[in-house]
Amino acid sequence: MESRPDDSRRRFMKGALWMISATTLGTGVMLSPTASAASSLQDYKPVFFTPDEWAFVLAACDRLIPADDTGPSALEANVPIFIDLQMQGDFGQARDWYMKGPFFEAPAELGYQSPLTPAQTYQKGIAATNTYCRQTFSKSFAELSAEQQDQLLTLLQKDALKFDGVSAKQFFDFLLQNTKEGYFADPIHGGNKNMEPWKMIGFPGARASYLEWVDLHNVKYPMGPVSLNGDRG
Amino acid sequence: MARQEKPVDVVLVGLGWTNSIMGMELAQEGLSVLALERGEDRDTVPDFAYPKMADELTYGVRYKLMAKPAKSTITVRHSLVETAVPYRHLGSFLPGDGVGGAGTHWNGHTWRPMPEELELRSYVENTFGKDIIPKDMTIQDYGVSYAELEPHFDFFDKVLGVSGQAGNVNGKIHEGGNPFEGPRSNEYPLPPLKRTLNDDLFTQIAKANGLHPFPLPSSNASAAYTNPYGMQLGPCNFCGFCERFGCLNFSKASPQTCILGALKQHKNFSYRANSEVLKVELADDKKTAKGVTYIDEQGEEVFQPAKLVIVGTFAYNNVRLLLLSGIGQPYDPVSNTGTVGRNYAYQTMGGATLFFKDKFFNPFIGAGSNATTVDDYAINQIDFAKEGFIGGSYLLAAQTNGQPIRSMPLPTGSPSWGAGWKKATKEYYGHSMSISSHGSNMSYRDCYLSLDPNYKDDHGLPLLRLTFDWKDNDIRMTQFMKGKVEALAKGLAPDHLNTSFKDFGAKYDVRPYQTTHNVGGAIMGTDPKTSVLNRYLQSWDVHNVFVLGSSAFPQNLQYNPTMLVGALAYWSAKAIREQYLKKPGPLVQA
Repeated sequence: MESRPDDSRRRFMKGALWMISATTLGTGVMLSPTASAASSLQDYKPVFFTPDEWAFVLAACDRLIPADDTGPSALEANVPIFIDLQMQGDFGQARDWYMKGPFFEAPAELGYQSPLTPAQTYQKGIAATNTYCRQTFSKSFAELSAEQQDQLLTLLQKDALKFDGVSAKQFFDFLLQNTKEGYFADPIHGGNKNMEPWKMIGFPGARASYLEWVDLHNVKYPMGPVSLNGDRG
Repeated sequence: MARQEKPVDVVLVGLGWTNSIMGMELAQEGLSVLALERGEDRDTVPDFAYPKMADELTYGVRYKLMAKPAKSTITVRHSLVETAVPYRHLGSFLPGDGVGGAGTHWNGHTWRPMPEELELRSYVENTFGKDIIPKDMTIQDYGVSYAELEPHFDFFDKVLGVSGQAGNVNGKIHEGGNPFEGPRSNEYPLPPLKRTLNDDLFTQIAKANGLHPFPLPSSNASAAYTNPYGMQLGPCNFCGFCERFGCLNFSKASPQTCILGALKQHKNFSYRANSEVLKVELADDKKTAKGVTYIDEQGEEVFQPAKLVIVGTFAYNNVRLLLLSGIGQPYDPVSNTGTVGRNYAYQTMGGATLFFKDKFFNPFIGAGSNATTVDDYAINQIDFAKEGFIGGSYLLAAQTNGQPIRSMPLPTGSPSWGAGWKKATKEYYGHSMSISSHGSNMSYRDCYLSLDPNYKDDHGLPLLRLTFDWKDNDIRMTQFMKGKVEALAKGLAPDHLNTSFKDFGAKYDVRPYQTTHNVGGAIMGTDPKTSVLNRYLQSWDVHNVFVLGSSAFPQNLQYNPTMLVGALAYWSAKAIREQYLKKPGPLVQA
């Protein structure tokens, strides 16, 4: 997960991040000093997404789980890093899925019938959403206000936008599913930075041993989380 | 030209629960036994060792222990006139893969069927009259009785080390157990698991409503245990990573923890992983099998000669192998002829989530079988004529895990993203419990399995096609359970209550997980015109082929299938050992 030295690209990414924090968050709460210990989103160089796509993912994640006093935001939890890593993995490439044709339209109850992998769905979905935003607002998604971004995400979720070759709703569903996964999956997968999302809800992570606690009823479990790597939160 | 391997007495296709049992029984008989397993080799160490398993994303969400649809899947349609489409990624059910099969990643719910369920058509006709059975409902008797299977239930209980509270021992009703169960010859081998808060709340409200709560019979061991094969289990530590995971603690009964370690000690037993059987090869007269053709680890085609072929793969894969091998006549629902693929059934589930702001459930303190149940609405407790359906359910309050990606129930109406979603997760995580119904599903003339005309696997062989949808009878049953569950839930006065039960017009949906209790398609019975197997699970058509697993169920139980699957494997093994080996041929005359 350590980024390879590539200064020009890294500089570009820092610029892109700065832009998003300025346009969507006002004063930047996105990259707090405490959030830089493990792997830093600021320094992270995406391995799958292009700069345009990365700007979209950062902006969208920041609306799906925004920064506030309740708990960490998706960006504070490194969720975009998780999503980027998933794209080249078995999930993004649909390696475990049956992807042979023919592909037919079918009732929703019969499940996923798209010829696109999740990674392709992201690529097409981001491009189509940005095209729509540029036509409608003369800006990319990442450049819109938070309110406009929320409206756009709601349109995607309701399948109210019709894109060529990709379903807006399918794209949104992957994005939301993966954002929540990156928030709550073990940090070994790139997100859930410092196990802050687990601490917020009180999930002890990989402790996996509770026999002596079973019959202590209606008492909040007091121990903090541990991760697969043995880190304690 | 396929390479030919040295002949064996018995070839086992698949190495999950059924063929681990059959392998042990026939190895004890001194036969040379070879198992061919399509998936990889797996054992507690290293494959399920801590901390590797405590990874929700990899195993719970990405299904890394399950069969990969890329390699093996089915197609699905709702009716005879539709074109089926592939089950492209897993959802509704999760077939196992590798040594141990689905027996490694189950929750360990270990129910015996009711005596009435094994003779369902006779029970309904004799009790309520045949007129109450809807046209096109094709329920049948199994052809074997509870009494005949009882010694095998009892032995399998001991192999698994089941933890529970008996309700009926030799006809004597025991307080605190299931008073409606069939008579058992012995208590459970282990006492029930410890109870969590949800158990206590459910027990309290069930008793207040005059019901009979008891601990769900569990194959998560409540104490240290040594089984009849000398295999040892340790007490379950409520790790909260059970279903979809291999047990990291040697506590959940699995082929690995209960049988395979002992079976591997038999020098006349061997197994080959990554070996996918494509076909059972028949002799020219089509009355006996010569062995099987499989693809080995290197991708080479191999012919494995054997005197006896035991098909013990995941339920519907058994049906596909029979169809691909030309064993038995494929079922045709239009002409109502043939048998192979007939009577596929699933299971009818519903549930409620109860939110309590002031209660701490600590849901991560969970075990697969940590649940309290009632069986007051079981198949033998409902007046089918009065209620207008055939079937039943058990109700359960379970706390199996608190893995937050999947186990994050929020009150209906909560936002699905944004600040409101985050706030709801913080507010409600750990403050809810569930009450669910787990119910039967009847069989119907147009719910069946066949070979798909459009889709193929990597070997160019057709995928299996499932034609299935919900029927009003089963919806009426689940709506009846909805009323019962809601009454109990409201009695506990939760701050919020979510309910989810199928209603009339609901289509079978492959997306949300329901159960992996797919049954039928190669059913057992008493008449070769309406069953694929005789009462000993022997093919009516090819006498040295036996087919094990829930594919033999003529309709689905209201319960989880593993206990019946295991007991039927022992029952079949006994017939092979005591009758078939002495005189190979049909054990029942057609």
